[in-house]
Amino acid sequence: MHELSIVASVVDTVTESLEALPDASKGARVLQVRLRVGVLASVVVESLEFCWGIATEGTSLEGSKLVVKTIPVVMHCAVCDADVKLEGVQSFRCPRCDEPCSDLLQGRELEIESFEIDDEAGLEKAGNEEIGVSG
Amino acid sequence: MTTRIVELRRGILKKNDELARGLRARYAAGGVLVLNLVSSPGTGKTAFLERTLKELRSRGSRVAALVGDLETDNDARRLASSGAPVRQINTHGICHLDAEMIDKHLESWDGVELGGLDYLFIENVGNLVCPSSYDLGEGIRVALLSVTEGEDKPLKYPTLFNSADAAVITKMDIAEPCGFDRTLALKNINEIRPGIRIFETSAKTGAGMEEWFGYLDEARKTKGA
Repeated sequence: MHELSIVASVVDTVTESLEALPDASKGARVLQVRLRVGVLASVVVESLEFCWGIATEGTSLEGSKLVVKTIPVVMHCAVCDADVKLEGVQSFRCPRCDEPCSDLLQGRELEIESFEIDDEAGLEKAGNEEIGVSG
Repeated sequence: MTTRIVELRRGILKKNDELARGLRARYAAGGVLVLNLVSSPGTGKTAFLERTLKELRSRGSRVAALVGDLETDNDARRLASSGAPVRQINTHGICHLDAEMIDKHLESWDGVELGGLDYLFIENVGNLVCPSSYDLGEGIRVALLSVTEGEDKPLKYPTLFNSADAAVITKMDIAEPCGFDRTLALKNINEIRPGIRIFETSAKTGAGMEEWFGYLDEARKTKGA
C-alpha cells in the first residue's frame, strides 16, 4: 500500500511543473493527469484513484481526473528474435514458441505522461503574446 | 474553454531512482557488493542473514547490515550478535525501504565506511509488493520464500520475483513435514523468472549455505566489487 505516496509524488511533480510554466499560465487549473503504469509496477490502479481525491484537495489539481494507461509486458524472445507481448504475468514464456524469456523491454513503467490545464486565464493575461499553446 | 496539454514523460519515482543511481556509484567506488533481501514477514530473512553474517565473518569477509522494520530494533539486536555492524531503520508505518532512507542511514553510520566493507546486506521490510518498486542501488536483489508459504507465492507476487536476481528457499529442514512440493516451487519460480539462481537453504542446519557463499563470492568478482 504505497499508492498514497505515489499519488502524493504525482501531485508534487505536477504542481512543480505548473509553477515552471510561463508566467501567464501560472495558477491554471489542472483538468486531467495521465499516467502510464506497467503491469509489473506493483501498483493497484483502483488504489491510485481512491487516493486521488484526498491527495489533490486544496491544490491546483483539485477536481481533476486521473487517467491511467496500463502498459503490458513486452519481452524480447531470443529464439524468435522478436519483441513479444505477454497476455498475463503468470508465465514469462514467449507466446509464439513457448520458450522462457528473461529480457524484459516494457511493463515496469510508472510515469506521468502529461497533464491538461484550463488555460483560459493564461491566454487572457497573455493577450496576443505567444505562450506556446499546444494541444 | 481553452485547454492545453503539458507533456511531462517523467518517472513518478524519479527522485528515488536518482538517489539510487548515486548510491550505486558509491557502492561501486567503495568496492562493496550490496544485496537487498525481500520476502513476506516470517519467511526467515533475519535467521538467514544471521547465519550469512556469522559465516562470512568467520571466513574473513567484512560485512555489515541495514535492517528495515516498521517498529522495534529486535532484528538489529539479533543480527548484532554476529559481531557485524548492524543498523536498524524504523520506517514507522511505511511498507518499504527507499533510497533516501538508505542514504541517510549510511551517512550517519559511525564507524562504518563503504570502502571498508566487502558486503552490505539490506534486509527490507517484510512485504512482497511495495519493496519491488524502490531501487536501493543494490547489486543483487534476493527474493526469499519459505517452505511454509505455499509453492505458488511466485505466481501470486510475480512483480517481485521477476525483478529478483536470485531466489532463496528457506526452512528446508522442515520441508517434508510441511508437505512442501519442491519440484512445483522450482517450476513456479522459473516460470516467473526464467533461469534465476535458486538456493535451497536452512539457516538452522546450514544446508545450501555453501552454494550461497559460492554465489556471493562469484558475484563480487563478476560485479567488479
